[in-house]
Amino acid sequence: MEIPGSTRGRVFRGGPVPSVRIMAHTISVHGLRKRYGRVRAVDDVAFEVGSGEFFGILGPNGAGKTTLLEIIEGLREADEGEVSLLGLSPWPRNHALLPRIGVQLQASSFFERLTAREQLRTFGSLYGVPGQKADAMLEEVGLTDKADVRVEKLSGGQAQRLSIACALVHDPELVFLDEPTAALDPQARRNLWDVLRRINTEGRTVVLTTHYMDEAEALCDRVAIMDAGRILRLDPPAALVRGLDAPTRISVAAGTLAPAEARALPGADDAADDGVSLVISTRDPSAVVAALSAKDALTGVRIQGATLEDVFLDLTGREYRA
Amino acid sequence: MSGFKSLSRAMFLGFLRDRGALFFTVLFPLMFLVVFGGVFGGQTTSKVTVVQVGPAPVLERAMAHGGGELAKVLRVERSDDLDGSVRKVKKGDADAVVQQQGNTLAVRFSAADQVKSGTVQGLMNSIVQASNQAASGKPPVYSLTSQRVEDESMTAIQFFTPSLLGWALASAGVFGASQTLVNWRTKGILRRLRLSPVPIPTVFGARVAVSLVVAMVQLALFLGVAQLPFFGLQLRDAWWMAIPLVLSGVLAFLAIGMVIGAWAKTQETAQTVTQAVVLPMAFLGGSFFPLDASPTWMRTLSYIFPLRYLNEGMLNVMGRGLGPASALPQIAILLGVAVVGALVAARLFRWDSA
Repeated sequence: MEIPGSTRGRVFRGGPVPSVRIMAHTISVHGLRKRYGRVRAVDDVAFEVGSGEFFGILGPNGAGKTTLLEIIEGLREADEGEVSLLGLSPWPRNHALLPRIGVQLQASSFFERLTAREQLRTFGSLYGVPGQKADAMLEEVGLTDKADVRVEKLSGGQAQRLSIACALVHDPELVFLDEPTAALDPQARRNLWDVLRRINTEGRTVVLTTHYMDEAEALCDRVAIMDAGRILRLDPPAALVRGLDAPTRISVAAGTLAPAEARALPGADDAADDGVSLVISTRDPSAVVAALSAKDALTGVRIQGATLEDVFLDLTGREYRA
Repeated sequence: MSGFKSLSRAMFLGFLRDRGALFFTVLFPLMFLVVFGGVFGGQTTSKVTVVQVGPAPVLERAMAHGGGELAKVLRVERSDDLDGSVRKVKKGDADAVVQQQGNTLAVRFSAADQVKSGTVQGLMNSIVQASNQAASGKPPVYSLTSQRVEDESMTAIQFFTPSLLGWALASAGVFGASQTLVNWRTKGILRRLRLSPVPIPTVFGARVAVSLVVAMVQLALFLGVAQLPFFGLQLRDAWWMAIPLVLSGVLAFLAIGMVIGAWAKTQETAQTVTQAVVLPMAFLGGSFFPLDASPTWMRTLSYIFPLRYLNEGMLNVMGRGLGPASALPQIAILLGVAVVGALVAARLFRWDSA
């Protein structure tokens, strides 16, 4: 049952994987490597994605997410390793596979000077999708009122929704989304999350790359944290956070207490005042809150548990990388 | 709708809505045709003007007997002011001053316009010779007949219609292909198409089909405008051979554009390189002036530009009235350029900009 090179990513929502070779995983990747000169863009990556799963690949810029995704989609050839999508190999260009997958690329890849409707109908026709169905897809991503607007005039969020519609127009079983919410404002991001959740609840398998922790936490069933070409951890977001054993942070308005006084509170591990708020780290938040309450020092209180961001920083280090 | 049809439609709409491309590939060359055709249209009928000072019976008799033919090329003004007339010639308002002194016809001309100074001397000389012959009282022994090789008048519009059309086709083809290819690559459309089940030859086939249709529209527009009475283009019998010529020319230009587009990393680079190819090609390929009248080195250089063959072929069948088979060598060369260009472009081709 043990596959060489596959040591992580064996936990499924439905329990352990019954039989790797026989059960058709939607995606199965083994011992994948890709090198550019001396850079190991993808370094011994292995994982499986089950049918209907929402799978996230999380990592900083340059972690190798895009290269990994391109190999899986069939845009690049791996140096080593195997990829199987819906039981088929994506490389070389596989005509049996292509109609069953949908890919949204990082850049908004639109034909110039076409309206949203024309764009979607053109992509649909490449898959033999009738025009009415393409128009229905426009409705699904909430762009019906923008149907006759040229793609150049769409806002960032509208363009992203259109490009997702272009990836979904032929009703694929498996959808790849590469940083769909990059460079969107918060409203547009939340709006797009709703679209993405709907895609997944319709039974499709979705693979998403992102560098937003909250996005991965909000959307994904499982998250692979990737850095320097390797998958460092792969688990459901909640399990990743729980496994971190990170302190809870309680913040109150700056100057409510002196940091030294705060540090002395029962249950407090550490405290710091950055001029905006006083932040107390603790593993016993209820004791700290009770103590603060007794001192009537709960002005502007916020209690924050560990997030995926903490997991991420814990795994990849804190040094800045552009 | 099939992939081919919908892709062609998408590209055609994109072209129609691109005002810049429409202007530079269709309207701009057409404006050149209007200007060139209008300016040089009357050139072949320009007359020589001479000022006759005092009585000049030799000239007067010639004008009277020579009748219509001579009056078509020669205009005679009368004056009694010799100095004033000479000044007129110096300023270029007249081409020569003529005086008869006894049996001598004296001609003063300006060398500023060499063509006209030659014409005026030749005309006066022939008038004197004809008068001598008439004075001998014998009938002429030798006579001269002349005929143009082009059958009828080979006017400027006959030259400028095919050659400016050639330029329009070259810039539309090379620009269209290079810009599309770089744009599709940098925007990720190539990758997106690669991930769709549509065969790759279909994608490029659709682009080529759009260019061929646009070229046919250009051809129709050019012929339509040039045949207006004001310009007066007269199409020769084998003009329809311009259609296969244009189609093979467009394939050659698309191939050149594909090479540039496959090589260039950004749209700016592609644009600059395309300009650097198309403009010299238009000048040295004989789009703006006839190559027959240019220096030898220029004519030799012109052989490397595919546009030269397109221009030459179209001029032969449309303007000069040569037979349909006369265009076959040019078609063969253009198709050869297309094949070689396509092979080079295929070698340089990249799916994405990374």
